[in-house]
Amino acid sequence: MHWAQALRKYLTPITESVLAGVIGLAIGAVIMLGYGYDPGAAYVSLFRGSFGSIFSWAESLANATPLILTALTFAIAMRGGLFNIGAEGQLYIGALAAVSVSLIHLPSPLHLIVALLAAMVAGMLWSLPVAILKLTRGVHEVISTIMFNWIAHFFAFYMIANVLTDPIRGEKTISIAETSRFARILPGSSLNYGIVVAVIAALLVLFLLWRTTAGFELRVAGHNPESAHYAGISRRKQVLRAFLIGGVLAGLAGAVQVMGRPPTYALVTGMSQVANLGFDGIAVAMIGRNHPIGIIFAAIFFGGLMVGGRIMQFSPGVPLELVRVIEGVIILALAVPELKRIFHFVRKRFSLRRQSHGS
Amino acid sequence: MEVEHLWPIFFISLHAMVPITLAAIGETIEESAGLFNIGLEGMMLISALTGALGAEYTGSAVGGLLVGLSTGALLGLVFGVINTYWKGDQLITGVGINLLALGFVAFMLVNLGAPGFHIVPRDVQIKLIPLGVGAVSPLVFVTVAMAFVVYWLLHRTQLGIRIKAVGENPAAADVAGISVNAVRLGTAIAAGALIGLAGAYLSVDWFGAVTKEITAGRGFIALAIVVFSGLNPLLALLGGFIFGFFDGFATWVSTYPKIKEIIPWQFVAMAPYIVTLLVVAGAIGRVRFPKALGIPYLRE
Repeated sequence: MHWAQALRKYLTPITESVLAGVIGLAIGAVIMLGYGYDPGAAYVSLFRGSFGSIFSWAESLANATPLILTALTFAIAMRGGLFNIGAEGQLYIGALAAVSVSLIHLPSPLHLIVALLAAMVAGMLWSLPVAILKLTRGVHEVISTIMFNWIAHFFAFYMIANVLTDPIRGEKTISIAETSRFARILPGSSLNYGIVVAVIAALLVLFLLWRTTAGFELRVAGHNPESAHYAGISRRKQVLRAFLIGGVLAGLAGAVQVMGRPPTYALVTGMSQVANLGFDGIAVAMIGRNHPIGIIFAAIFFGGLMVGGRIMQFSPGVPLELVRVIEGVIILALAVPELKRIFHFVRKRFSLRRQSHGS
Repeated sequence: MEVEHLWPIFFISLHAMVPITLAAIGETIEESAGLFNIGLEGMMLISALTGALGAEYTGSAVGGLLVGLSTGALLGLVFGVINTYWKGDQLITGVGINLLALGFVAFMLVNLGAPGFHIVPRDVQIKLIPLGVGAVSPLVFVTVAMAFVVYWLLHRTQLGIRIKAVGENPAAADVAGISVNAVRLGTAIAAGALIGLAGAYLSVDWFGAVTKEITAGRGFIALAIVVFSGLNPLLALLGGFIFGFFDGFATWVSTYPKIKEIIPWQFVAMAPYIVTLLVVAGAIGRVRFPKALGIPYLRE
């Protein structure tokens, strides 16, 4: 394909995402004005806090790491025409599995690999019943994944309080063994080699979707179920594929979060360091247009919002939660295909007016 | 176990039934017209907050419920406009509303001074009606009545036929002179009002407080009940009571010392979600949904 053609193909979705981002920030600004905050100061501190220095970049990337993986979970299902919002629960289970592996002693690189594998298998197994219920009983995945998220939520609470509890500090699980932790990339920051795992996963998904028969079948099934059926592509296989790979990725997200994020390297009561990463991943996937490369950029943007949101909370004092309001607005904006048309319409009107002024 | 021990469970079940059933009836109305709204969790959450604030501001519980109801209707309008005239994606809109709600409610709770928690003063909460063996919220009766009213509306009136026509075959309805988008928008607003009432009930009536987690998946359980009921509001009422029972049972067990020692509370808390899965898995197959459910209508 000619490069200009390729560029044009990617330009539309990128413009749409950027436009949605701008709308999100604009409505965020309106809300801030409504509550008496200074949006200008807030956004300056937000972007300084997220991308203003090497250190803040490192923090943003660290926050992006699990989001890349949970977004891939959603994206791979979406490419197959399925709406998997179960990354949240699978992520908890993956994190629990990774912590459990620290109950045993193993030498350094092996321990880390075993923990990652355990988390992947655990995430996959937690995802399996969703696929089975869909295939055998026709249960819509939106309902089953949410129910499994809640079951995972309470199961994790139980495991943290009763099974994996730290004997000295009862409010958290045992910490991940030193031999099973990701090393930090930038000393003093949260950025660790877990991000390499996330990026490799994204590249593997990219390869899988566009360079293998399995990925082709998945995309056809998602794009046009009828022709997939006539082409002899098994729907059963696609559903299993999408959910099982999704589960592996979400399990991995839980693992890199507990194995890589200083300082606790453990799950705490209330699971503050993993809670909502699955849901944020859905937003990341949508902004990244369910494309692995788009997802990496969208995750960095979101990771930045999370870090910058914390800074914004200190200096102009805007609550961090506003960031999630902005996320919601961005998603709503993305849901509207008409937006693009309205945007073009407005632009045309403006350019017409400018022309008439000129003449 | 004595009979008097069972009364509390029965009353908790009735109260737990209300939000799930009201939301399910709302969802039934819009799904009949072809709109699949997974944003009801978020709509309930925002309405729980505005309902609580409305009750304090107006100084009356009924005022709070009405504010919650209007909030829901307004969100229904947003969902409706996006997914009719703007031809949006219904699932993505739903996810957007849910995310927005999480952020907005948390943001507002911080602004109200107490992060994560806001108590509704006792004197502006709904007064329970004493019934001898226990007290019951008037909203329980409203919910039961609403199930019958909506059943009648959908199955016995011309408006109901129009709604179902739009959900089954929008192109034919359009040819017959029914405005597909207007009907769908109307159902989205009506559904939003019921979902908003369900949300306000949580804060102004049942819990007497607002938290970020107040809805606790009840919106999605309501979605599951719609599946179980096959878009029949009367079956939704029955389903709501069954889930209300398990929800209430979980609350009750967690405060009952002997049982607490045998089964950890976390496993009891899982019960409503596990039951939801089982019931939905059992219900599907016999249930038929509108043909145009979830599909935006584009005139050829």
